[in-house]
Formats: sequence, C-alpha cells, structure tokens
Amino acid sequence: MKSDVRDESAGSWTAATRRQLERRLPWENLLPDRQPFWVGSWVYVFGVVTIAALAWVVLSGVVLAAFGPQWWHLSSVGRFFNSLHFWSVQVFFVFMVLHLWGQYFMASWREGRAPTWMIGVVTFAISIVTAFTGYLAQQNFAAQWIAMNAKDAINGTGVGGFFNVLNFGQMYGLHVMLLPIAIIALVFLHIVQVRMKGVVPPIGHEPEPAVTWDLRK
Amino acid sequence: MISQRSAGQTAGQSVRTVRYDLLKELAIAMVVSLILVLGLSIFLSSPDVPSVTIQSWAKADAVDVVTTANDELAGQSATALYGPPYNNGTDAVQSIGPISPQTWGGVHGNVDPPNDFVINPLKQAASNDAQLAGDVSAWQAASADQQGKWHDAYATALKDAKVTDGKVTVADGDYGPVPNMLGHLLQLAQTGALDGLLLSSDHFYQTDYSKPLLFMNDGGYVPTLADAQHLTGNQWGMMNETGLYPGQTWLWLYTLWYQIPPFNQVSYTDLLVVLMMVLLTTLLLLVPLIPGLRDIPRWVPIYRLIWRRYYAETKAPGR
Repeated sequence: MKSDVRDESAGSWTAATRRQLERRLPWENLLPDRQPFWVGSWVYVFGVVTIAALAWVVLSGVVLAAFGPQWWHLSSVGRFFNSLHFWSVQVFFVFMVLHLWGQYFMASWREGRAPTWMIGVVTFAISIVTAFTGYLAQQNFAAQWIAMNAKDAINGTGVGGFFNVLNFGQMYGLHVMLLPIAIIALVFLHIVQVRMKGVVPPIGHEPEPAVTWDLRK
Repeated sequence: MISQRSAGQTAGQSVRTVRYDLLKELAIAMVVSLILVLGLSIFLSSPDVPSVTIQSWAKADAVDVVTTANDELAGQSATALYGPPYNNGTDAVQSIGPISPQTWGGVHGNVDPPNDFVINPLKQAASNDAQLAGDVSAWQAASADQQGKWHDAYATALKDAKVTDGKVTVADGDYGPVPNMLGHLLQLAQTGALDGLLLSSDHFYQTDYSKPLLFMNDGGYVPTLADAQHLTGNQWGMMNETGLYPGQTWLWLYTLWYQIPPFNQVSYTDLLVVLMMVLLTTLLLLVPLIPGLRDIPRWVPIYRLIWRRYYAETKAPGR
C-alpha cells in the first residue's frame, strides 16, 4: 500500500514540489530560533531594517494610492502620509546600501550564495527605478523638472518611446503596481534564499575551494 | 549549545549556535524604523513645490512664452529639432559611432511643435476671430523662406520687448502675422486655456503630459526656477530635491559622471553615462564570479571587525 502511494506521487508535480520544498527549505531553516555564534554584529541588522522600512514604504504607499495622486497636495493628512512615504523610502535606501556594502565586505556570495547576491543587486536596481517613477509621479515641480531632464537619458537609450517619463499615467501605474510587486517578489525570494543557505560563515571558516554557485544546496 | 546542521548550516558542519529570534528582531526593527520615520515626518514634513503651469509661466514671463512659441512656430525649438522618439529631427540624437539606440528606437508620438503647440490651439481659438484665422492662413500659405525671415526678425525684436498689461510689444518691423498669432497664444496661455489645449487629444481622460512639458522645457523660465532650487545638471540636480530635503541620493554615482570629463565634454553624454552605469551595475551583479572584485573583501580586513567574536574565539587566521 505504501509503495502504491509512492508510485502514484512519482509523476506528480505537486508532490515533487512539496518534496523539494521540504528538502531545501525545512521549517528549522525557514524560521530558525538559533544562529551560529558569530551572528552578533550590527551588520546583520541592516537587512532587517531595510525590510522594515520597505513595509512602511508599502503601507504608506497603499494609503496614498487609495486616495489618489492629488490627495496629498490638498490635504494635511495626505501630506503627512506622503511624508511617511518619503522618509521611509530614504530609510529604506540608506539601510539597503549599508546592507549591500556589509554583505560585500563579508563576501556573502561564498558557498553557493551567488544567486542570493545577484537577486539582491537586481532588487537594488529595481528599487532605484521604482523610486525614480515615484519622483516622476509626485505631480509637483520636482516631478516636472526630473521628467524634463531624464527624458534625454531615457531617449538616448532608445526606450523613450516605450518608457515615456513625460507620461504621468504610465509612470504612476508602474510606480504603484508593477514595480512594487517586482520588489516584493524579489525580496521574498532573497529572504527564502538566505534561509535556505543560512548566514554566510566568516571568511576562513568555509572549506576550500569556496563555491560561489551551487544551486543544488 | 552544539547542534548539527542547525540554523541553516551546511550538512556535516558542527557549529555552536546561540538563541536568535528573527521575528522579534523584525518587530523591533519595524517599531524603531516607524518611530524614526514618524519623527522625520512630523518635524520635517516632505517637499512639495507646486508645479509650474503654462499659465503661471505666461504670467511670470510673457516674453519667454512668446519667444518660445516663436521658435515652436518656425520649427526651430529644441523639441522641433529633437529627433526620436518625438519626431525626425537630429539635434538631440545621441550616438557613439554606429551605435545609436535612439535612432533604432524610432519615432513614437509624433510631436509636431508648429502645429501641436501653436497652430492647432490658435485654430480652435480662431473660430470666432476672423482676423486670427486670416493670420494663421497667411502663415501657412507663406513660403518656408518667408516664415524664416518673419521668425528671425521677430526673435531679434523680442530681445528688447516690453510687457504692458500682460501684452508683449516690440519695435515696428516686418514680422508678418506672427505678432498677432503669438499675442493670441499668449492670451490663451495667460487664461490657462493653453494648458488644456496642449493636453487634450481625442480622449476625455488624459494622463500624458508630454506636449505641455516639452513646450515648457523649450522655454527659459523653468530652468531658471530649477537653478534656484539647485536642480540643474551642473548642480548634481538628478540626485537633489527641492528645498533642503534629500533627493535621490542613491543616484550619486550616475550624477557624478555628468560632472567630469570626458562625459561632460561630448555630445552623447547621456548615452555614455547610461552605458557606464549598465556596465557598473553588471559588474556589481557578477561580483561573485569576477576574480579580483570578489577577492577584495579578503584583502580588506573589515570582515574581521564584523566577525570579531568568531576570530577572537577561534583564533582563525581569516584569508
């Protein structure tokens, strides 16, 4: 009877996915309550503060989007939520850059963690584009001036006809929907990868040669 | 305290572990970052310098509006001569040898400044004005050479223009129908009608501000305001924000290239800077695979500070 069950699930994509998840991301890896003793630096805090700031960016952005792009210009409450959005973005970037440099000087791509590093870099790049579309969607003088200047760089690359920084509707749609979804998905994947591999050991702790690209683990 | 394969460690390694509450850490980070953001928001608010309209521009600097419109009408403005993606001009096309993605991208949107910015708005305003309708017809019937002479003469005269009761007056000269046409356009601008006329198309709802922004960008008024707000290119403008607020400071490296040779000495600055940033971003992405770049952390002993407890306890040499 047991072998029958095994046979039935042999060709199942669902069962295969479950087995992969159970093998590569067991609960003790996903939500560990212990860490190696070397995890004790403030550098480890930069990433989690980045995630916390992203949460406030998203929540304040949801409120701003719910009331529409002009609300914050006309309402003191709206202005306050715009301020929350503005400053949480600043905190988000400060800590993301600190996190990036911290991980660089820890060589955190060692022992099969290169994909984690790469997804982090892609997230950083998309975050910059997202913030850029946010500045373009402000509907104030800064937005106008940034659009007027940025168009030359965008046009110079040949994508100006498809990514029109002078088109408020396009920039707003990208900023409140598509790009945030991309960031959240990438951050989720980044965290899952960190949890799958665990924190990187100190330099000198890992066996030689250091493997930077091992997707089997 | 010893656990096998704990905390996500690779199988086979035996590592001493300590209690570490990830979710509590996240909760504390959420609270602390919220307090920080709340404090900054309450005490510093956020920047919001009101947008410029064509109406506010026309009221503040009527001569600049008319001068800009004169160039638009004659097809001699920056936008008229720009090139892709707006039209078939060549002035703003950037290329490095045969590499010209701007040309490859082609024209999308077809911005036609003489008609879009001047003639079409005037035609709508001329429905009850026979004099204006006649002037528009006269302009359109004139040869390109004649139009150019009117434009040049009027552009010269506008340098000594005076503004009286919101109207621009210049010394007498042969300007053809241009002063009357642009006088009406200025009126449309001052009433706010031109803001809507440049925005409207065949659709009721509008979100594309390409035409009014391009028209304003051709004038000298908006750059003056930007300069006062330290937002221009030679002021590291792309990473700045109005007032004393931090802007997109994460663009510092992108903005840096605009300040230094050879980037700021060539006609294809934007393309060169973008290519440089694509290259640098790619290098950052591929750091784990690039010998030298991936070895720098081993040479710079910052990691010994980060893991000082580990090196103190294990006496490990590092790398």
